[in-house]
Amino acid sequence: MDSVPLSWYLILSAVLFALGVAGFLFRRNLITIFMSIELMLNAVNLSFIAFAYKLNQVDGQIFAFFVMVVAAAEAAVGLAIILTVFKSRPSLAVDEVNTLKY
Amino acid sequence: MDAVLFLVFAAIAVACGISVVVQRHPITSAISLIGVMGALAVLYLLLGAEFLAAVQVVVYAGAIMVLFIFVIMLLNAGVEPPGGRSWPVRLLGLPMLVILVGLLSFVIRRVFAGGEEVRFGAFTKGGPREIGRLLFTDYLLPFEVTSVLILVAILGAVVLARKEID
Repeated sequence: MDSVPLSWYLILSAVLFALGVAGFLFRRNLITIFMSIELMLNAVNLSFIAFAYKLNQVDGQIFAFFVMVVAAAEAAVGLAIILTVFKSRPSLAVDEVNTLKY
Repeated sequence: MDAVLFLVFAAIAVACGISVVVQRHPITSAISLIGVMGALAVLYLLLGAEFLAAVQVVVYAGAIMVLFIFVIMLLNAGVEPPGGRSWPVRLLGLPMLVILVGLLSFVIRRVFAGGEEVRFGAFTKGGPREIGRLLFTDYLLPFEVTSVLILVAILGAVVLARKEID
């Protein structure tokens, strides 16, 4: 009981990633879609750290660190874009943000 | 003890992850996402990544989620109206996801059939000292490029979110 197979961590990561994909595909609220992306990034970070453990190297953790930094920058810019979108139309539904299509 | 901790916090992470996807109110989703991040921080600790567990709580669950909740409050985002995506997404989405998870699990089980075990305390290089040393030697260039990225992100956020002044 004092050890866990590495594959459990990776499968947990896959499940969380799939949940993020589900949120990204099924939801229509811009903010919820954005949070699904964060969920996917977190799942990938778990994989990185599990592989860092397996290879006994810190490099994987550095990669996870960079993913966090990029996620922070992405959150700042993305939420600013959501604010701008919301200024022009009073709704957060992605289906209504389709002006670029035409 | 390790297996118990893993199972408990993996269950919390998956439950909160499902909650992120199915809740209709963005605030509930955001709070569930904080739950996922907290549970993942504990799993990072189990994998020997002490520094990243702290960063996960401080930066992700702290800074980024506060930003999210701030924007949700600012926009006064309410409950999402019912009615989902177009019918192919609704029809094929769930089976495709199950297939995705199944395939990934199958491959992972096959590749790591050798019984690689994770033991708490076996990985001791996850402290701030080792991370910092690697960050400022081998990964110095990516680190500096990241600073430029963050500068651009700050400028972009300010330009996008500013009030128009005539």
